[in-house]
Amino acid sequence: MNTKIDVRGLNAWFRGTHALRDVSLVVPENTVLAIIGPSGCGKSTFVRCINRMHELVPGARQSGMVLVDGQDLHARGVDPVDLRRRVGMVFQRPNPFPTMSIFDNVVAGLRLNGVGNGLGELVENSLRQAALWDEVKDRLHQSALSLSGGQQQRLCIARALAIEPEVLLMDEPASALDPIATAKIEELIHELRESLTIVIVTHNMQQAARVSDATAFFYLGELIEHGPTEQIFTNPKETRTEDYVTGKFG
Amino acid sequence: MKAHTDKTYDAQLEDLRNKLLTLGGKVETEIATSMRALAERDSQLAEQVIAWDREVNRLEVEIDECCRRLLVLRQPAASDLRFITTALKIVVDLERIGDLAVNVAERAIDLNQSPPLKPVHDLNRLAELCQKQVRAALDSFVDGDVAKAEAVIKNDDLVDSVYHILFNELLALMMEDPRNIRRANSLLFVAKHLERLGDHATNVAEMVIYMVRGTDVRHPGSRTTPATATQ
Repeated sequence: MNTKIDVRGLNAWFRGTHALRDVSLVVPENTVLAIIGPSGCGKSTFVRCINRMHELVPGARQSGMVLVDGQDLHARGVDPVDLRRRVGMVFQRPNPFPTMSIFDNVVAGLRLNGVGNGLGELVENSLRQAALWDEVKDRLHQSALSLSGGQQQRLCIARALAIEPEVLLMDEPASALDPIATAKIEELIHELRESLTIVIVTHNMQQAARVSDATAFFYLGELIEHGPTEQIFTNPKETRTEDYVTGKFG
Repeated sequence: MKAHTDKTYDAQLEDLRNKLLTLGGKVETEIATSMRALAERDSQLAEQVIAWDREVNRLEVEIDECCRRLLVLRQPAASDLRFITTALKIVVDLERIGDLAVNVAERAIDLNQSPPLKPVHDLNRLAELCQKQVRAALDSFVDGDVAKAEAVIKNDDLVDSVYHILFNELLALMMEDPRNIRRANSLLFVAKHLERLGDHATNVAEMVIYMVRGTDVRHPGSRTTPATATQ
């Protein structure tokens, strides 16, 4: 399997706080990596380093290397905007552009990238990929806010997919959703794996178990254990992982 | 062992463990008592074993229920998951051991109707061995002791060889005098029940190794390559 994301000795800080400590791991292409760990363990910081969003926070810095397709993200000449086109992101709370229609939300990224024509097909494809098309095809020009929370989240996924990323980062994408909407997102993750590489942060361990091929457990900024998901949840090697997945923490 | 953050979860797991130990204790008593009923030609004791088995059956159902409840309500992981799946498996073996003790008791009642056959020493040896195997398997479960469990698996060969000696011994008795056939045949059944009971103790031991180490040691010859997810 080809390596898609290769993280080597990654450290990240927020002013005085050492948020990630010497993290190294590899994500093969077309797989799903779940990141689990208690609040403040560095999960979100880790994914934000993969599309260079971490550096947008005032006072934040990092060291070490993140490579996508073998290319160092901080190499000279890497354009962070172009990078974020290849590495899309979906956040915890659905964040559609409130003043835009469903259609315009999907193509927002493309318009920013200067694409203007023949968008209809693309919108349909993206919405289909995000399993939302059937629910919104008759009201594409209504406000995005007319959708339910779960639909809004799938709209955000459609928006992320419209720019055809190679990697999709998902930071707690289903934590604000009901079980049915969650199941739809999870089914989507299974389908998207065919064409992209996914890194998902989740507090829900059953969700990590359901959707991912590999799981990484972070604690206090350190990568404690990283392995096949089944092994992490049935027979972890590290005591701290065992304690976390069995609920013996804190 | 470290406690769960949610103490009621610990209490539920402890409750399951205690139920399994109670069940284990009961089937051990059943085996010992059924063998005493045979040795002392005491049919009343044998009847008692048969009556006790209802309690064993009830416990089996209760333990199953406990496991199901834990699985659905707690979605256990790692060592908890291995403990509960082990419980689900060994409860079947333990209940079956109880049934086999009942079978021995029924044979005892049958044999007590006729005059005794000459003593068959290896039968006691087999009974002792099998009781030891069950006891050791249960101990390995309680202590999470892999070495003890491995010893149980290894000792099963000894059980089998004593059974074969006994088989030949009883066969000889039958050939010696056709009047021995009915009784020797009953004893042969007892021997077979004991040997099977030993097999169930081995199953328990195998599951204990899985519970502790997370590796499945059953049927080593028939293993396909394990799925290596990513990496």
